[in-house]
Amino acid sequence: MTFRLLDAGDAAFTIEFGNAITPSLLDTVQALDAAIASAHAAGELAGLIETMPTFRSLTVFFDPLVTGRQALIGALKPLLDGERQKDATNERHWRLPVCYEGEFGPDLVDTAIAIGVTVDELIALHSGTEVAVYMLGFLPGFPFMGDVPERLRLPRRKEPRVRVPAGSVAIAGGLTAIYPWESPGGWHLLGRCPVPLFDASRGSPSLLAVGDRVSFEPISPTEFERITATRKTNEIDIMRFCKVNSSLLNSPVTA
Amino acid sequence: MTTTVQLEVVSPGAYASVQDVGRRGYRKVGVPWAGALDRRLMRIANALVGNPEGTPIIECFDGGQQFAARHGAVRLAVAGDAVLELISNGERRVLMSWCSMTLAEGEVLRLRHLEHSRIAVVAVEGLTLPPVLGSASTYARAALGGVDGRALTTGALLPTSAACEGKEKMLSALPSVDSDAVRVVAGPQSDHFSPESLASLVNTAFRVTSEADRMGVRLEGPPLQHAGAPEIISDGTVPGSIQVPGNGQPIVLLADAQTAGGYPKIATVISADLARVAAARPGQTLRFQWVDAQAGEQLARDAEIETRRLLASVRPLMAGGIDEEALYAGSLVTGFIDALSPEYRLVPEHT
Repeated sequence: MTFRLLDAGDAAFTIEFGNAITPSLLDTVQALDAAIASAHAAGELAGLIETMPTFRSLTVFFDPLVTGRQALIGALKPLLDGERQKDATNERHWRLPVCYEGEFGPDLVDTAIAIGVTVDELIALHSGTEVAVYMLGFLPGFPFMGDVPERLRLPRRKEPRVRVPAGSVAIAGGLTAIYPWESPGGWHLLGRCPVPLFDASRGSPSLLAVGDRVSFEPISPTEFERITATRKTNEIDIMRFCKVNSSLLNSPVTA
Repeated sequence: MTTTVQLEVVSPGAYASVQDVGRRGYRKVGVPWAGALDRRLMRIANALVGNPEGTPIIECFDGGQQFAARHGAVRLAVAGDAVLELISNGERRVLMSWCSMTLAEGEVLRLRHLEHSRIAVVAVEGLTLPPVLGSASTYARAALGGVDGRALTTGALLPTSAACEGKEKMLSALPSVDSDAVRVVAGPQSDHFSPESLASLVNTAFRVTSEADRMGVRLEGPPLQHAGAPEIISDGTVPGSIQVPGNGQPIVLLADAQTAGGYPKIATVISADLARVAAARPGQTLRFQWVDAQAGEQLARDAEIETRRLLASVRPLMAGGIDEEALYAGSLVTGFIDALSPEYRLVPEHT
């Protein structure tokens, strides 16, 4: 796999593998990231701070007081040249509840009109497709997921919203996402998910991990409020929405 | 009596938040580092009160902050070009930054204003806050760290374990004021810009706009032209990334910025110069200058040596050795201070 090394200042560089969102680029980035993580855990790669894998590139952060760009690239060379295997074990499948109704989906009608389907067909298209988590960022726990069906491929809104509510489920540019936090945003809002995507008190704070598979289950506003209530009382059991390798996790239903 | 000694936020001023070195290891799930925008100020302020260098501090923007000691005495130090005032029993006295001071119970320290920059740092002896994901730094977007995950508000109470023993300390070598060009390394998408725009980045002055916070600083100048589309497939950002959206006006990303972005990044401000960008005031102009990545690394090492030199200059404030009257008179600070001027106001720009 060819790559380019791009400078990102005096304390980081980016290894860029391509300029597209494709399964093979995603696998390449994730495999390199896993190889770096295990080398770092084994005490190698002194001065490495952390990595940021994206669709098509990996940014490496380092401490220039401990190492340098040349030294670190040299140390990464065997990992870059090595064979990279995708680790397919423990694939997780999530079925996340989404309310596609009323105020929860402010762009539902416009989007349906734009692509020439009914609202029900739009909901079926979006919820009926299993997507994969491609990357996390730009906000904590924000999952970029794809691919959505070709018919749902839309550019971003011309006028980004100043305030997108937390939990909003959205589409843009062939991808779908859930906003874990209220923030500005330019995606089309189809619904809202009541399951928290990020919780700093969890050992692994992001609900989703890169490589997880996700589909959506349409729920009523009543069900949305019920799950939201269990969230407020800390009784929500997030793992009830997850299956690992097709075997249901043995966990009590509390929501 | 076991009531903890506390520092009360009487006023958060323009903006104040608890920060430390920031959190590491969570960028890949979208969590930026946050942390002190000027780590040198953080380290100096902590050294002045005898804290470990990375102890959480209060990062203050634009002055106006007021802090009071509650349930006992609290030792503080302010690093930065702040003009300070001690309010004790209705009397006001001007104090200097760059040295520690002990507030008796009920006394209030006020950051009246900052002379040239936007950022001053207040260290508090024995300040203790629980780390969240490895850091006490406030990252308000995701309600992480600090006090209740947000910027400081009036009435917030910060627990300290202050001993307040020993002499006050002062910094005997002051940081130099650097107004040279901000050094930048060509960015990961510098090839997305026309040669004229790359030249224009370093040949023209950019004005700091009022859209500037802990996430980033929007600049204004001659529009930088993209060679192609003003969008890329999102990739990683770093503190210091200069991204250029479709309008051609650059944005320098800082500690709280998003971890990935879809705008081409023309350059990256080196870590040694980033605090200066963060502290630049709206209306002020910045110029940029190219360096290569390896020169940038060397500048980071040089900056660390300078920080250590400054830290090594922390000395006990000797009774009689330094004229305390002169220090408190304030004439050393600016030459002229109207100690009775009413409330904080932003000093107008003279550019």
